[in-house]
Amino acid sequence: MAGAAAVLHGSADHAARFESKAATREPGLVKWGLIAISLSFFAFFLLLPLVAVFVEAFRKGWETYFNALVDPDAVSAIKLTLLAAAISVPLNLVFGVAAAWSITKFDFRGKHFLITLIDLPFSVSPVVSGLIYVLVFGAQGWFGPWLSDNDVKVIFAVPGIVLATVFVTFPFVARELIPLMEAQGKEEEEAAVVLGAKGWQTFWHVTLPNIKWGLMYGVILCNARAMGEFGAVSVVSGHIRGYTNTMPLHVEILYNEYQFAAAFAVASVLALLAIVTLVIKVWVERQAGKAATVSEDE
Amino acid sequence: MASSTSFRVLPGFGLSLGYTLGYLSLIVLIPLAAVFFKAGSLGFDHFWAAATSPRVLASYRLSFGASLIAAGINAVFGLMLAWVLVRYSFPGKRLVDALVDLPFALPTAVAGIALTALYAKNGWIGSLLEPLGIKVAFTPLGVLVALVFIGLPFVVRTVQPILEDLDTEYEEAAVSLGANRWQAFLHVVFPTLFPALLTGFALAFARAVGEYGSVIFIAGNIPMVSEITPLMIITKLEQYDYAGATAVAVVMLIFSFLLLLIINGLQAWTAKRTGRAR
Repeated sequence: MAGAAAVLHGSADHAARFESKAATREPGLVKWGLIAISLSFFAFFLLLPLVAVFVEAFRKGWETYFNALVDPDAVSAIKLTLLAAAISVPLNLVFGVAAAWSITKFDFRGKHFLITLIDLPFSVSPVVSGLIYVLVFGAQGWFGPWLSDNDVKVIFAVPGIVLATVFVTFPFVARELIPLMEAQGKEEEEAAVVLGAKGWQTFWHVTLPNIKWGLMYGVILCNARAMGEFGAVSVVSGHIRGYTNTMPLHVEILYNEYQFAAAFAVASVLALLAIVTLVIKVWVERQAGKAATVSEDE
Repeated sequence: MASSTSFRVLPGFGLSLGYTLGYLSLIVLIPLAAVFFKAGSLGFDHFWAAATSPRVLASYRLSFGASLIAAGINAVFGLMLAWVLVRYSFPGKRLVDALVDLPFALPTAVAGIALTALYAKNGWIGSLLEPLGIKVAFTPLGVLVALVFIGLPFVVRTVQPILEDLDTEYEEAAVSLGANRWQAFLHVVFPTLFPALLTGFALAFARAVGEYGSVIFIAGNIPMVSEITPLMIITKLEQYDYAGATAVAVVMLIFSFLLLLIINGLQAWTAKRTGRAR
């Protein structure tokens, strides 16, 4: 699958296997040299930006920090971000399960093409993702005149933000589940059905326990992107303070108004969300790794 | 199709496939088609003029050029980082491994302002580079830095599983046949990794070309100098130039679709080379 850069696989330490043999071991100087170079690169490009967010956020003290977060515009941005995630994650979860079920449990023509189509939103620039909804629902768009006649606002309003968020997070759950359910085959489900289980019973009691870690993995990645999306949402938002600003957009507005401490304060909440996401991700990987070892032992 | 030998036991085919196709069409396919319809209504001359105006051409050069260089840097350091994470044990390794995914999890706007703060004249890194006469923030170099940040995990996470699956016996065989470590890497390990590395490179490149949030803060957005292509779309939209925005978007979309095909091919090649399921 295109863009499959974060597909769940159990975590295991492989270093011992390579370091125990002379043939797959480098001299100490080479080893520590490589570690030093790659860790410096890591520190400069990944670690420092993360640290900088928190340092800048607290530069003017706790009071400024808290004031930035309890500001009514900030609160409304937080609410809108939560709302967009609360709608888009469940929608894409249901879609992901349905897509993975149809693709992995049945054979039909054009399956690989369908998988490629599901991946499309990942290869589209976020800005273009926003633009397509402007062209459909905007004042000059396909449904623009009809929408304005009926006094419905999509673009520069909350529905547009939700739609753009749904689009950019569209493939997350599906792409996690498809390889996983493909690998698991369909024998267990077929056995359940032959033994008299109904469709939903089969799904709840046979499929779901098998895919729960992959499902969770997809959901947390989907959620992180939903809450953090900037480009697509920026195009459809219209940046109306207190109404169509999500947290990332609020960060941009504060930053452009030179309220750096406040911008970084709101950004630090998003950075915290990213850290929590990574912690849960590592935990899920470990659980999935354990589950895989158990089923190998059986 | 149900024949006498393959009877479909599991339920829900019609429902799940129908839902999948319906939802896919509503959310993705129909809105994407809108861009091409809009572009089609422009007429070729108008389309071409909008898609190739000097300012837009300059943005293509920057977006594609900086993305290529960034993906190249990521290929080198991402391979090194993946190698270090798989082959060696060192203190803090788990933390480093987990944080490699930071660019996937950190909102791009947050990354953008953080990088700008670091590389600005008075920032932690910027103040070190200033005496050397190197300016990063608000120059094309800043665009490069942001694109390196967002592309790194793509290379690490595509190369890492292949490295983990590698058996030690091939390298042992190479050594017993008289190869030194470098030769064993170059002729035994690297050819196995190469398709995955190229896939990671292409993924990082594809992501970098479309990237917006992490770039616009650090780029400075000077016309003809540091404007990226996605920003051109935004600029045109802000001027209510929907036709112009659509023309640039179509160029970007066609490019993304081509790259998606190439990446699919590369992944098939990786699977073939390593025997891994896609």
